[in-house]
Amino acid sequence: MALLEIENVTRRFGAFTAVDKVSIGIEAGEFFTLLGPSGCGKTTLLRMIAGFDLPDGGRILLNGADLAGRPPEQRPVRTVFQSYALFPHMTVEGNVAFPLQMAKTPAVEIPAKIAAALEDVRLVGFGKRYPHELSGGQKQRVAIGRALVTHPTMLLLDEPLAALDAKLREEMQLELINLQKEVGITFVYVTHDQTEALALSHRIAVMNKGRVEQLDEPSKIYSFPKTRFVADFIGQCNLFSGPVAAGGYGVVTLDVPALGPVRVATASKLPPGSPGTIALRPEKIRIQADAPIDTPDNHYRGTVADLLYMGDVTVYKVATPGGMRVEALLANSQSGRAKFFEVGDAVDVSWSVDAGHFIEE
Amino acid sequence: MNGKPKPVAAATGSRFGRWLVSGPPLVYLLLFFAIPSLIMVLASFRTPGEFGGLAPLFEGGRLDLNLDSYARFFSETIYAQIFLKSVWYALFTTLFCLVLAYPLATLIAKSPKRFRDLLLLLVILPFWSNFLIRVYAWMIILGPNAALARTVNGVLAWFGHEPVPLLFSSFAVLVCLVYVHLPFMVLPLYANLEKHDQALLDAAQDLGANAWQRFWRITFPLSLPGVYAGAALVFIPALGIFAIPDILGGPEDSLIGNVIKQQFLETRDWPFGSVLSIVLTVAALALAGLAAWVARGRLGAPSSTREARA
Repeated sequence: MALLEIENVTRRFGAFTAVDKVSIGIEAGEFFTLLGPSGCGKTTLLRMIAGFDLPDGGRILLNGADLAGRPPEQRPVRTVFQSYALFPHMTVEGNVAFPLQMAKTPAVEIPAKIAAALEDVRLVGFGKRYPHELSGGQKQRVAIGRALVTHPTMLLLDEPLAALDAKLREEMQLELINLQKEVGITFVYVTHDQTEALALSHRIAVMNKGRVEQLDEPSKIYSFPKTRFVADFIGQCNLFSGPVAAGGYGVVTLDVPALGPVRVATASKLPPGSPGTIALRPEKIRIQADAPIDTPDNHYRGTVADLLYMGDVTVYKVATPGGMRVEALLANSQSGRAKFFEVGDAVDVSWSVDAGHFIEE
Repeated sequence: MNGKPKPVAAATGSRFGRWLVSGPPLVYLLLFFAIPSLIMVLASFRTPGEFGGLAPLFEGGRLDLNLDSYARFFSETIYAQIFLKSVWYALFTTLFCLVLAYPLATLIAKSPKRFRDLLLLLVILPFWSNFLIRVYAWMIILGPNAALARTVNGVLAWFGHEPVPLLFSSFAVLVCLVYVHLPFMVLPLYANLEKHDQALLDAAQDLGANAWQRFWRITFPLSLPGVYAGAALVFIPALGIFAIPDILGGPEDSLIGNVIKQQFLETRDWPFGSVLSIVLTVAALALAGLAAWVARGRLGAPSSTREARA
């Protein structure tokens, strides 16, 4: 049995269903992420775990015990709020001591625990400062240290890095991974940032419109999206939709309007005529100037209509004669040249049957 | 001017503009506050006139200034006693106002935005009728034939206790003092509580604090600036008030304000009245200073100025 069992949990606000029959099991020691666009229900779900909101249906079990009827102050879970919510009238030490005092920790033990917590979040020497004397990243660390000092069963993090700038965010991501490994406490992390989710998590639940679209490891979510929404939301993706033209030998051919027949490897056995989608990551597409000498499974000519130069890589938007835009990504790896192609160049895009991922609709 | 070179003309222009704006109120305060205060200080060293007012400043070619009135204040303990009693009345008033105003201000701050203006309007509604009329209204409410006195004395009689008069008592004075000053406590408290961040209370609850702990550890300390502002607005006027004890109090309820009024209008001993006024002003300033000093020590934390500097 998982540490936290979310069973068929539903939450409605008037006519709007924020969380719709969600069932998730979160294991002890896991770094679990709820990922989705704003309004997908991820924060509502987190607030129900913390106890700030109550489900209209379903149960939330922690260690097998139903959490219903237990107010937030009596749940062994702690929340790190997006706004940090540090107490402005207390020093860093005062903030970290607060949950210890609430838990009636003997006064003699408190200083050592504060010191340990501040060391965990690399804030030694900041104990006497007030929150307004700290930077955003330091405030965030105080919030995390304060939440961890009583060794809760679970830490809930509500978009904790959203207010930080990109450079600091990356630094804090690494720190969070290490911290979670060190303290061994289960983290439930809420974010709308898919790169953050992919980098941090052991498992991700991708949510949309109150439902879990896919629950899996980051690499599986990225490579094998189960739905069109997941494919589109996580990273960049070419989505080719059309009716199935023919099947056989584990390969399906899709008749994609504006592009032509596209072949993809799949175990799916859909009858011809039923709709399907192929999700194809830009980095899996081969883009070159001349026609390939081998005979690739999928192969189209086109011209570079647009490009995004990103430094390490360039994203090329290739227009095919039929009017389809194919997005391909190529590392700027050739020495002596900034990038391979310019807008207007005639190019050849190709990919193998197993490059794309077939999604039934 | 933070060291930046500015065109001279612009600098003088802005300085002239500043004086133009702040001049009239300064002149007003100088004429009607500073100069009268100085006259009062001077009067406190003079001799009372035979038929009231002041004896001539130059008597037989020599300046007549003395410390007689001050000596009288410090030698006759009755005045110090009345003074202490006034401080007590003002302290009680402040405390009762705080206890009554805090829940009310919280209620207003937490009510939906569209009701807030209405509730605030209700708080300041009493100001629309005259202060004295409102004090006289309490004479009727507390009068011996009013329902309140009858009920109270009915209950007391049931317990075999003699009837008590509600009017012309310290009870009546205190009730009316609290009534009159309550809005001055509610408004600054509301202004403070309205700005509180709900996320802090959520965080405190998440960290294990129950409702009581959330109040004493988070809400109350953060509301202290509002509490101090309200306390000053209630305590200082309550300390010098004379109308309420005059109308609703008994002979025992004379406060320092009544004695001062008496010295000027009845006894006609202006120097001694001036001494009492000066002592009252100095005491009010000293208590306000003490409160500010205690506040800084207790808060320790970011006052708004420190926040601004950081």
